[in-house]
Amino acid sequence: MAILLTAVAYTVWLERKVVGHIQNRWGPTRVGPFGLLQPLADGVKFIFKEDLIPPHVFKPLYIAAPMIALIFALTSISVIPIGNWITVFGIHTPLEITDVNIGLLIVLGITSLGVYGVALAGWSSNSKYSLLGGLRASAQMVSYEISLGLSLVGVLILAGSFSLRDIVDAQGGTFWGFIPRWNIFQGQIVAFFIYLMAAYAETNRVPFDLPEAETELVAGYHTEYSAMKFAMFFMAEYANMITVACLATLLFLGGWHGPHRFGPPFVQAILPVFWFVVKVFAFLFLYIWVRGTLPRFRYDQLMAFGWKFLLPLAIANLVITALIVALRA
Amino acid sequence: MLHLLVFSVFGLVCVAGAVNLLVQRHPINSALSLVVVMGSLAVEYLLLGAEFVAAVQVIVYAGAIMVLFVFVIMLLNAGEEDRTKGSRVAMLFGIPGVVIGSVLVAWVLVGHSGTGNVAVGALPGPPKVIGWLLFHDFLLPFEVTSVLVLIAIMGAVVLASHPGSVQQTSAQADKREG
Amino acid sequence: MVPLSYYLVLSGILFACGVTGFLIKRNIITIFMSIELMLNGVNLSFVAFAAQWHALSGQVFVFFVMVVAAAESAVGLAIIIAVYRTRETLNVDRVNLLKL
Repeated sequence: MAILLTAVAYTVWLERKVVGHIQNRWGPTRVGPFGLLQPLADGVKFIFKEDLIPPHVFKPLYIAAPMIALIFALTSISVIPIGNWITVFGIHTPLEITDVNIGLLIVLGITSLGVYGVALAGWSSNSKYSLLGGLRASAQMVSYEISLGLSLVGVLILAGSFSLRDIVDAQGGTFWGFIPRWNIFQGQIVAFFIYLMAAYAETNRVPFDLPEAETELVAGYHTEYSAMKFAMFFMAEYANMITVACLATLLFLGGWHGPHRFGPPFVQAILPVFWFVVKVFAFLFLYIWVRGTLPRFRYDQLMAFGWKFLLPLAIANLVITALIVALRA
Repeated sequence: MLHLLVFSVFGLVCVAGAVNLLVQRHPINSALSLVVVMGSLAVEYLLLGAEFVAAVQVIVYAGAIMVLFVFVIMLLNAGEEDRTKGSRVAMLFGIPGVVIGSVLVAWVLVGHSGTGNVAVGALPGPPKVIGWLLFHDFLLPFEVTSVLVLIAIMGAVVLASHPGSVQQTSAQADKREG
Repeated sequence: MVPLSYYLVLSGILFACGVTGFLIKRNIITIFMSIELMLNGVNLSFVAFAAQWHALSGQVFVFFVMVVAAAESAVGLAIIIAVYRTRETLNVDRVNLLKL
């Protein structure tokens, strides 16, 4: 949990630096070398900021909504394996909190429940901008959940199990000795593309961030939130981003498999984790790169894209994958 | 022992959520207590070993159907309920009637201990086996329910669209073609 | 080891709460939610019996109940929206005239 929160904080730092450089400016540089202590400064600011509660809100839900968003965002990381089995002090342990038979379904379920945080925040704030922003955000998240789920079914057909560890194990080895047997090279490139789009929409990021953009609808569903509660929404968004990146790495990019093992046994044990972190980092960089580069979609374009393009594409991908697997067997 | 404890805890949460649904006057509170009921029911399913059913309960029921309910409540800006004559009469006769009926049923059920015990995870329902059943023994109901869902989608879109907009889009299509 | 009757009693209580809600509530959306509560209670008894008799078809049937519940709530909520647009009220006691 501590690792995840630190990762969230440094993802914010990474984002500000990268977007800054894309926009031809430096990004944070003053606090610490390369602005590395900036998240710490932000955290201190959030804690000391005055925590206003406007008088017209519906108090119980207003206070609960950011906590709901954050709790669900942090919980979904618990079924994600980050490395191979290692032997620490003679105990053979897998590197994750728990390994469940239906790990992938659990992540999908928690993502579905995360919609409540947004919807309730928009509703309890009792202001028209928040309500509209909340409704739009939850409609968007629910619509793209379907394409997200369907794009993952192709991977499931190839791996034959819902457990995340099994899916990664099915991607070990290489084709012809040097192309790794990742799912993205096993024909799931379309599914990866669909997953990428759906993930941007699920986490409310550019180019799909209309519900929370600063120039639209004031600030959407978190207009009326200040200080700590806003920080919780912020953290929930970045934690969602990290979860989605981890999932993409596990399902499409081969998880913790990397080039040949080298080095002393201690390094060999840590190496899979290193590859995993590198891949997650690459995926997050892609996320932030897109954010700095693309303009945002209008809401009706966004919904049309999700329902009229992505969903049929996901279904077609599923049918073709199933056909190929059935014909091969 | 632990099984009984977990079952009782989540059973109590279920019942508390259900009673809260009845007691609350604002529909959004009722909707949220129903979500709590569904979540604890998912835990009960896990206790019985039905892991896939539990996951689908959370994803579909609590994560999609209830979101739809919350949506409609927010959209229609439903306010608190008002008590009318009909509802007072219903409460006077309905609540004692239902309570008596359910106590009777519970007494009969618990009294007849011939139904036996259920262990933790008694019938594991992995997705593979359930998928096999769905596509082999239950194929016809599966296909029929997919047609049902298609009809429901069309019906919902037509019913909830603004009056006249469906004719508008078909009129535009005619204009473009003709 | 929990006796099966405990699961059935829980399912019965949920069903009874659903029936009570259906009878005493006047807001149409809450009535709908009581219907969903009834369906959930029934699902629990399906899964409990499936566990006791080792018949997976009980769990498969829960799917069909969920699909039907989803379809019914989608169409029902659309009808509610349509009724709200014409009658401007969500109270079932006030929607009692065939023609406005």
